[in-house]
Amino acid sequence: MIERPDSAVSSVARNLEGYVGFANLPNQVYRKSVKRGFEFTLMVVGESGLGKSTLINSLFLTDLYSKDYPGPSQRIKKTVQVEQSKVLIKEGGVQLTLTIVDTPGFGDAVDNSNCWQPVINYIDSKFEDFLNAESRVNRRQMPDNRVHCCLYFIAPSGHGLKPLDIEFMKRLHDKVNVIPLIAKADTLTPEECQLFKKQIMKEIQEHKIKIYEFPDTEDDEDSKLIRKIKEKMPLAVVGSNVVIEVNGRKVRGRQYPWGVAEEGIIVENGEHCDFTVLRNMLIRTHMQDLKDVTNNVHYENYRSKKLAAVTCNGVDATKNKGQLTKSPLAQMEEERREHVMKMKKMETEMEQVFEMKVKEKKQKLKDSEAELERRHEQMKKNLEAQYKELEEKRRQFEEERNNWESQQRILEQQKLDSSKTMEKNKKKGKIF
Amino acid sequence: MQERTMAATEIARQAGEGARGVPLSGHVGFDSMPDQLVNKSVNHGFCFNILCVGETGLGKSTLMDTLFNTKFEGEPTQHNQPGVQLKSNTYELQESNVRLKLTVVNTVGFGDQINKEDSYKSIVEFIDTQFEAYLQEELKIKRTLHSYHDTRIHACLYFIAPTGHSLKSLDLVTMKKLDSKVNIIPIIAKSDAISKSELAKFKIKITSELVSNGVQIYQFPTDDETVAEINSTMNGHLPFAVVGSTEEVKIGNKMVRARQYPWGTVQVENENHCDFVKLREMLIRVNMEDLREQTHTRHYELYRRCKLEEMGFKDTDPDSKPFSLQETYEAKRNEFMGELQKKEEEMRQMFVQRVKEKEAELKEAEKELHEKFDRLKKLHQDEKKKLEDKKKALDDELNGFKQKKTAAELLQAQNQQAGSSATLKKDKERKNNPWLCTE
Repeated sequence: MIERPDSAVSSVARNLEGYVGFANLPNQVYRKSVKRGFEFTLMVVGESGLGKSTLINSLFLTDLYSKDYPGPSQRIKKTVQVEQSKVLIKEGGVQLTLTIVDTPGFGDAVDNSNCWQPVINYIDSKFEDFLNAESRVNRRQMPDNRVHCCLYFIAPSGHGLKPLDIEFMKRLHDKVNVIPLIAKADTLTPEECQLFKKQIMKEIQEHKIKIYEFPDTEDDEDSKLIRKIKEKMPLAVVGSNVVIEVNGRKVRGRQYPWGVAEEGIIVENGEHCDFTVLRNMLIRTHMQDLKDVTNNVHYENYRSKKLAAVTCNGVDATKNKGQLTKSPLAQMEEERREHVMKMKKMETEMEQVFEMKVKEKKQKLKDSEAELERRHEQMKKNLEAQYKELEEKRRQFEEERNNWESQQRILEQQKLDSSKTMEKNKKKGKIF
Repeated sequence: MQERTMAATEIARQAGEGARGVPLSGHVGFDSMPDQLVNKSVNHGFCFNILCVGETGLGKSTLMDTLFNTKFEGEPTQHNQPGVQLKSNTYELQESNVRLKLTVVNTVGFGDQINKEDSYKSIVEFIDTQFEAYLQEELKIKRTLHSYHDTRIHACLYFIAPTGHSLKSLDLVTMKKLDSKVNIIPIIAKSDAISKSELAKFKIKITSELVSNGVQIYQFPTDDETVAEINSTMNGHLPFAVVGSTEEVKIGNKMVRARQYPWGTVQVENENHCDFVKLREMLIRVNMEDLREQTHTRHYELYRRCKLEEMGFKDTDPDSKPFSLQETYEAKRNEFMGELQKKEEEMRQMFVQRVKEKEAELKEAEKELHEKFDRLKKLHQDEKKKLEDKKKALDDELNGFKQKKTAAELLQAQNQQAGSSATLKKDKERKNNPWLCTE
């Protein structure tokens, strides 16, 4: 089921005591919307020959595809192309710019691998255009060229979905509103058709394909109608560009030898044939809702994925789950704050390391100073000791010398005295 | 006014551009599109925000009550407010099947201060805050614009005091500051104080003053034929002279809202008495949606454009090629990362510088230390040398002395020997000459 955004919950409203006038707001909105005009882009996908162009012409009661503008099956292509035709149609004062996107060559090749890729690329490119236009600094009225609805034509094999069908729908259900249709339903009997529809819905559920769902309404009558439509899904259609007269009635239908398969309203038990259901649903009642779902769901998906890729820049997506509520700019702001904190931390760390190193170095310097001091002291002491020793030695020497010298003097004196005496004696003694 | 007409046809033309018109051969049914759109809007509910700017006591709250036929909350304010504040209240109203979320914002204390230079600032700030909130929501990665409660101001009712002469300078200044941010609808408040003739002159004076000062007030749109006529007529009645009242007075056999004076009764909804009905018609019944649209497509876009340009976003690169969103964001991001890295680098550089300086300092200190000790060492060496010299000198003296000593001793020894031999001789002589007396 496609998730729809919650609509505003109405709380208890005040009662007004008289006429104010804002009940006219819806008329104001009506007026403005008519003046603006409407846009709608419808994509049709399916193998050639399934009656796509006929159906489009029937749906819009116009020769969108004609001899001058041939439909996709007439334009034989080697590879899948995606082409668009734009027409302007007016009705009841309302102007609608209708863009039909078709895919000639889809499913027609022998090897159809990746034939959905051009389709995906087209849808994404329209989203991208819108995103870029929305993100400009100078914005102007943005034309809405996004694909609002994709009609997928299933061949009426009667058995079930083909692998290509399943693959295509799986790949596109997240990007666009997919409405599967059984084409050329006049080749199936009513019972076969019922079985076929059941089988298809079963397979769709098995493969978890999210086709377009009608929104629930509060109105009881509308809910009944919607439930009836849901039971008929996928719608089986018959298209015809030819008007045939049947029992005096002019109807659009296909003439066979065994009768006319009418496309228009067949009153059978009050049931309408699926074509009318399709037209009513697609154009008369749910066109706006298809646009809203495209805008609020598919486009927003695309946008958030795109922007997440830009801001996360390859970082693991699971880590950033919580950050998706911010805008990329807010995220940058937060990153800036983180960075400031990181820098502060780094700064304090560096500061610490710096201080520590300085302390270390200073300590070393101090130590070496102390060491040198010590050594110097020691040497000084050493020197002083030596000095003292020297002094002592000198003193001793001096003392010894003095002693000796005085001794010598005494001796000298003695000698002198003795020689004198001898002289005297000599003088005296020689007489003897 | 002309701009708007051009814009509308532009849109129509652009929509049809490249599209060929084809005729329809029957009723397809897409003429129900406007109804589908209307149904969706009705289901979703509408939202409208009014800002009332005016001096205290001009009857702003009363007028709101009268316009919306209900009593809104709030006490009448005093005149002693220190600054201008904005008080906003949100109400859920319903009329037939239409739900309206109405927010009424009142300026409190406007015009009460002695110095009113900054009066307009809080109003402008408030309006910008609402724009900013919307912009932030719009820029989020996962956004919910669909259910976002739009708080942007769609209409600003500017209350002019009924002096009967001209606009006050505060009015002109404020309106000039607001005219590019919000749709301004000027109204003459408490207009039952002015007589009819004075009123006409007053209106002309106000309009001419606004024009001459270049104040752009909201013009009711005339591009849609259904309402062009009534809108253009009303444009000529601006500014509306209004009277508000929540009290009812019996006139004839009806109860009407009116103000009763001794000399008569002013009926609020009587178009001869005041322009209240015109205001209600224009503001609510005819142009509410247009006011909302103008706010979104003109005022908000202007704010957004300025804000984005301020942040450095551009639409084209230097070669005038258009930027894609991704490129813009990536460019911004790269710039941002570059800035951060630069800051980091700067810090590192600063640190490296400091480290270098400190290292140089310490090296200096180390050098000085070594020099000091070199000097000491040298001194020490000198001392040592002196010591050595002294030692040597001593040794020399010692040696000299020793030599002397030994020489003297030798001599002495010789003398002694000679003496002793002489003595021996003498002794011998004595012996030989016993009569030699030797002593």
